[in-house]
Parts: sequence; structure tokens; C-alpha cells
Amino acid sequence: MSKHRINWYKYAAPANFYPLAGKMIPVFAIPAAILFVVGLYVGFFVAPTDAVQGESYRILFIHVPAAWMGMFLYVLMAVYAGVGWAFNARLASMMATAIGPTGAIFTFISLVTGSLWGRPAWGVWWVWDARLTSTLILLFLYIGFISLQSSIDDWRRADRAGAVLALVGVVNVPIIYFSVQWWNSLHQGATITKSSFKMAPSMAAAMLILLGACWLYSIAVVLVRVRYIIREREQEAPWLAEATA
Amino acid sequence: MKRRHKRIIFIVCCLGALGFAAWLVFRALGDNLAFSMSPTEIMAKKVSANRVLRVGGLVEKGTLKRDNDGLTLRFAVTDTANTIPVVYKETASHPVPDLFKEGRGCVVQGRVGSDGVFYADQIMAKHDENYMPPEAGKAIDQAKAAKTLVDK
Repeated sequence: MSKHRINWYKYAAPANFYPLAGKMIPVFAIPAAILFVVGLYVGFFVAPTDAVQGESYRILFIHVPAAWMGMFLYVLMAVYAGVGWAFNARLASMMATAIGPTGAIFTFISLVTGSLWGRPAWGVWWVWDARLTSTLILLFLYIGFISLQSSIDDWRRADRAGAVLALVGVVNVPIIYFSVQWWNSLHQGATITKSSFKMAPSMAAAMLILLGACWLYSIAVVLVRVRYIIREREQEAPWLAEATA
Repeated sequence: MKRRHKRIIFIVCCLGALGFAAWLVFRALGDNLAFSMSPTEIMAKKVSANRVLRVGGLVEKGTLKRDNDGLTLRFAVTDTANTIPVVYKETASHPVPDLFKEGRGCVVQGRVGSDGVFYADQIMAKHDENYMPPEAGKAIDQAKAAKTLVDK
């Protein structure tokens, strides 16, 4: 049995991970594209009109998955950054660096779509409500992480500085999630919780399909980016010359 | 103890301290982070006139009226325990949102006048986290209406 066990640590080495990541990219990218098409179709053509908000609610099919991804990816980025710092694991730090821009983009999309939805539904583009403000802080944390890392030339120090910022910022994620419960806010509460599911089944299906698509897209894009980071940092390594020859 | 273990313990302790500090900060801030107050809180706190604040609640049924100028709205915001009368003049930059209706949630921003009326300079509609097709929405409204008839 032990003979056939996969040695996962093997893939913690950039030299082994680089070709594996290359092979995995289409495995995630192709299903992501399919799920995006299916999810958007269900969201815009199958899901019913909302009883209260009419058609404008449909922006949630983009807004909600984007907002969730912004939060998930931040936690994931902080975990990778923390593991990279604590265990001196180079690849984990590179993964954190690779996740940053994708998380920032999703957070940005959630803020923009939220604003476009807020104007017709609430009557305002923006309010300094706890949910909105903490999400804006999340975007600033991502931007801070990216710019801090790119301002330090020595990438070992850049990883460490980024890890501190990423780990400190994790405090913000539960604040975003629970803000609508802790303080009364203009933003409504959670539609999907452990105990309830307050939307029509086809609406929920569209939202979850698009969430799946966003996950697969994120993995694919992060793998592409981490390969670039490996190439940049391991320029001198002989294996890279062989792999890219 | 290896250097790595020391570093991990250090990181965990720092995160613990940070979490605790954040918890203390938010406990101290408490209600100050709320976006709006309820009519009951306004009554209880005896807020001073001329302070800009936001009041949230439901637009009480049967109170929403438009003056003859077509722009001034008069309605009452209620949290079912207390009610506060509101006057609002619609402007081009702050039109009445589509979801602003009787019986629905709203947040109004403005000042409490010396006459006890709330003079709003902005009104916002608040919607809930339920999404359903119109037929289901109608069925729920009918069920609610039937229930109020029975209660009466």
C-alpha cells in the first residue's frame, strides 16, 4: 500500500509543481467556461422575476458570487501566506502572491455591481453602512498586500511583510460576513444560511452554478499566475531551463 | 525547540492577541456602528434637533401621502412600537427609490424638528433577503391579509 501512496510533499517543490500546474490549468478553465455560460443562462432566462424587485435583482447572480469569492480568496491568501511564513514554504508564499489580484478583482466587481444595484433598489449608489465599508476595506487590504509585496525587491522579505498584512487583515472577513447581523444596516441579511434558503430554487441554482464557475476560474487563473511567479523567482534554477526548453 | 516552532507559536499568539483586541474595539463601539436608529431609540434618547441622523423602520400602511406640489411626501416610519412622522421633498438628485412603498422597509436621513416631525433630506428603501417569483409573493400577501382579517 505504502508503495502506491502519492508523496504530496513532492509537489511543494516548485520544480515538480510547475509542470503539474501547467497540466491542471485546462482541467479547471474549461469547466469554468461551461459553468459561466450555464449559470448566466439559468440566471437570466430560467430564474423567475422577483416579486418585490422585478428584474433588477438579477444582478445578484454576479454580485453575490463575486462578494463571496472576495472573502474566500482573502482567507485562502492569508492561509497560504501564513503557511509560507511559518514553514518557510516557498510555493505557499508564491500561491498567496498569485491569489491577491484575483481576490481584488472579485471584491472590486462586488462593489461595482452592488453600487449599480443599490441605486434602483435603495435609491443611493453608496452609503457608509457597515457591510459596504468593511468590503471597501477588504479591497484596500488586497491593494495594500499587492503593493507592499511589489515594493520590496527581496522576495523573501516581501513574502514575510505580505504575510503579516494578510494575517492581520483576516479580522475583517468575519466583520464583513456578520456586519448585517451585528449592526442594523441598509444592506439586507444573508439569503443563504445553514438553516434557511430564502430564494426560489432556480435562482439559488443559478447563483451556486456561478459560484462554482468563479471558483474554477480562480483556480485556473491562480495556476497561470503562480507559474509566472515560479519562472520569475527560479530564473537561475537549472530545472527551469530544461522545463521551458 | 526549533526556530520554526518558535515562529509558529509567535504567529499564533499575535493572531490571538489581535483577535482579542478587535473584539474589544467592536464591543466598545457597539451601537455606534449602526447605520440607523429605530423610532423607539429616537424617542428614548431625546436626540437634539439639528443633528443629522438616520431612522429606519417600516413605512406605516395608510400614511403615505403626496402634497399637491407633487414633490413633498408625508408618511410615518414605524418599528411597530413607536412611530415618527416624516416629511420629505423629492429632488432630481434624490428621487424616491422604486422599492419605497407602504408596509416596506425604509431608512430616512435628516433632522428632527422642534415640532417632533422628522425632516428628511434623503430617503432610502430597504429590501429583505427573500427572493421569490411574483406568484409566490402574491400568495404570501394573500395569506397575510387573510390572517389580519382573522385577527381583527
